[in-house]
Amino acid sequence: MRKEFSAAIEKLALADESIVFITGDLGYNALENLQEKLGKRFINAGVAEQNMVGVAAGMAYKGYKVFCYSIAPFVVYRCLEQFRNDACLHNLPVFLVGNGGGYGYGIMGSTHHAIEDLACLSSLQNVKTWIPAFSDEVEPVLTQIVHEKHPAYLRLGVGPLTPEGAVLSGSLKKVVHTPNAQTAIIALGPIAANVLKALQEPELQTSCSVYTALSLPLQLTDATLQELQQAENILVVEEHVSIGGLGQQLSVKLLEAGIHPQRFQSLSALGYPNGLYGSQQYHQTQSGLDVKNIANVLRSFAESPLLHTNHPHS
Amino acid sequence: MVETQTIITDYKRLSGELRLKVLGLYKKANAGHIGCSLSCIDLLIAALIQQKRPQDSFLLSKGHAAAALYVALNHLGEISDEVLDTFYQDGTTLPAHPAPNKHAGIPFATGSLGHGLPIATGMAHASKLSEEDAISFVLMSDGETNEGTTWEAAHYAIQNQLDNLVVLVDKNGLQGFGNTTDVLGETATVAKWKAIGFDVFEADGHNPEALIETIEKVRLRKNGLPKIIIAHTIKGKGVSYMENRMEWHYLPMSDAQYETAKADVINAYFS
Repeated sequence: MRKEFSAAIEKLALADESIVFITGDLGYNALENLQEKLGKRFINAGVAEQNMVGVAAGMAYKGYKVFCYSIAPFVVYRCLEQFRNDACLHNLPVFLVGNGGGYGYGIMGSTHHAIEDLACLSSLQNVKTWIPAFSDEVEPVLTQIVHEKHPAYLRLGVGPLTPEGAVLSGSLKKVVHTPNAQTAIIALGPIAANVLKALQEPELQTSCSVYTALSLPLQLTDATLQELQQAENILVVEEHVSIGGLGQQLSVKLLEAGIHPQRFQSLSALGYPNGLYGSQQYHQTQSGLDVKNIANVLRSFAESPLLHTNHPHS
Repeated sequence: MVETQTIITDYKRLSGELRLKVLGLYKKANAGHIGCSLSCIDLLIAALIQQKRPQDSFLLSKGHAAAALYVALNHLGEISDEVLDTFYQDGTTLPAHPAPNKHAGIPFATGSLGHGLPIATGMAHASKLSEEDAISFVLMSDGETNEGTTWEAAHYAIQNQLDNLVVLVDKNGLQGFGNTTDVLGETATVAKWKAIGFDVFEADGHNPEALIETIEKVRLRKNGLPKIIIAHTIKGKGVSYMENRMEWHYLPMSDAQYETAKADVINAYFS
């Protein structure tokens, strides 16, 4: 989504002179267009993320709308206090952009992964976090972020185009609509692609509806709640730890609405269960987020009344 | 002197009045942070009360000296006596450290050290981008220059030629749990700040006239270099038993101590 991102920022910033773009010394082969086109409004703040976000807050106070870019872990964890105190408490238009959310940086290793980012950021005051699942969502999300002028975090990954006929309602986008579906799958971000691949098996296709959660904190409309109430099974799939993630936010919303599905299962990032490292796909498999395990879990819903654990290939 | 500011001729008297107000606030609240508030009163008089123009910004990065900021803003008419009287009470807009979004004279909530300089640097950079003639003042403690963000922001300000950034350091030589020389060593020295490329000035932090003169000189230097004024101060300045005593970062005053403190200030500033 980096190319879509830089193209969208270029378009928005050329139309709005109050937009400033700061990078924490990253963006090779992705942000050169911004460096060329934005002039003084493109700033490389160096390898100093805390200062980058503090500077952004100062600029935002003076009327600018400021993007802060790095890879996801660096723009989330190191400068969390700056984002909380300097931007969010003051409801200023400071927008963090993290490339490669989840296990996106794969073999780069655990320091380069961001699997707790949304728990950290979506709990802050005045903030909205955005997790596009599809590459064509990046531009409208950025337009919305700039329009809303509140603190925001955009988690970028790699995704295909949105399936035809997708409909957004609140935080959830319905991307596969199956009448009388027994199972509702709610996926977070680009892991939705694994869900859609799992549903290529014909027997699963006819029993599942699929939603993606585009933003957190989770906002559910009455219409979506009514749809979820019809589902016997709810499966959450997220490349993020369980604590503070989509599954926990969704479960609270459902319980508060009096909705008690027969099954509620969450597939989430388990960290590094075997202490070994590999590609994004490797880590997804270790956490049971791979296509095969998602299909197995869905099959088991039809075959067994028992709840299943979060372990892969169980 | 800047034409938009209140003309004040008796800074010593004002310094005494603000000290008495700070002592009164802390006594009523039965709270600490007295010594670190008293050490920066004269810096607030010079920068916030006397030198700041409407288009300039002033940020108290050492948020634990909030009471000093509050009485200065009260003097400027930006915080009423009634609001000032709510200091430290439930439902106040004036907690022990400045709160967000409550008073125009308080642009940011501070209290976690090391935040003010990056923010002020961003404000200075924003003024440069919009070609606004505005100074960004930030008041830090010397202990606060331990923070890594200080050095991140300092290099950023140098690289971006932010000569409209004026850093004021309240150098009282004491920090949270020791002398600055004994904790991490001196991080607010002329040599260090010169070495990285700041335009460095020193001043007596308890001589408002000299501070004003220094700030006046500094603000007119459009030389592409960010500015720092290292002001030598005394923690607890004006109260005999508090001066240079670390415990007066934390302790509240007893009734007897309050009476002594007031008498000391009256004796030193009104005689």
